[in-house]
Amino acid sequence: MTVKVFFEDVEVGDQMPTWSRTTDFMHWNRYAAVNDEFVPFHMDDEAGRKAGNKEGAFGMGNLRYAYLANALREWIGDEAEIREIGCQYRAINQKNDTLTVVGQVVEKAVVGGENRVKLTVNVMNQSGDATCPGHAVVVLPNRG
Amino acid sequence: MATGVDTLISPAMEAAKGKWGEPRVSPPISLSDIRKWAIATYWPETPPAIYWDEAYAATTRWGGIIAPPDFNPFAWPVKRVAPTAAPQPAGGVRLTGMNGGQTDTFGAPMRPGDVITARSRLQDFNERQGRFGLMLYTFSETEWTNQNGEFVRRRISTSIRY
Repeated sequence: MTVKVFFEDVEVGDQMPTWSRTTDFMHWNRYAAVNDEFVPFHMDDEAGRKAGNKEGAFGMGNLRYAYLANALREWIGDEAEIREIGCQYRAINQKNDTLTVVGQVVEKAVVGGENRVKLTVNVMNQSGDATCPGHAVVVLPNRG
Repeated sequence: MATGVDTLISPAMEAAKGKWGEPRVSPPISLSDIRKWAIATYWPETPPAIYWDEAYAATTRWGGIIAPPDFNPFAWPVKRVAPTAAPQPAGGVRLTGMNGGQTDTFGAPMRPGDVITARSRLQDFNERQGRFGLMLYTFSETEWTNQNGEFVRRRISTSIRY
């Protein structure tokens, strides 16, 4: 049983630990394989350029969404719950980008008996571009 | 770009608003589906044990393996069915589409053996003048429930057309 963070220990303004991956075809092809997402511009540089991205193939928005979920799970541990994730896809995930999930606590409240913590989240690239701004709500256990 | 039209909202969209479409049913979720999903989304590092280690997962509050919240049980249908055409905007103009993002609310976690039923509807829409002229925002809702009738996930997707 792993409780990594208790409701009482979280304060508005706290930063969630960051979570990173440097992505390329090894990540995108595996994601295509599990999500059945074989879209040419995610798999082939020429198709990526035809779709308007001069650098070629680019990563899936859905994979960045998975990274948001992974970062939240890593922070809260297995005994807590992810109640909500929302995001917008603003910038392209280019090959060899290092994507880093960040999050900051903006609200803490008990709602319907649940200890809810709301965060703003994002997936930043190595240039500091906010590629995926959004929000999340997690439900944390009480201490003791 | 929509030029020369007063509205992109069509009678077909008004008629479809709020009406649930035909439900879709996923194949049963297998432990191996969950394991591979977790390996792909955590690549190249080892995914958390809750997604693949039954002995460990049994010690958690869940009592067994659960799927990551982003897991898609509808991937890999045996028969490819063309999606039902969404009601088209008015104006008869060719529009550019953009994925405006999504918000998911999660309920019961998905587990091996679960069969998920999905239903979707056009929830709402609005339009406004923007950078590219008249821009149409449509909000689609997809709701997932499991074989016990428990709420699993609600997704509100935003599509932007102009």
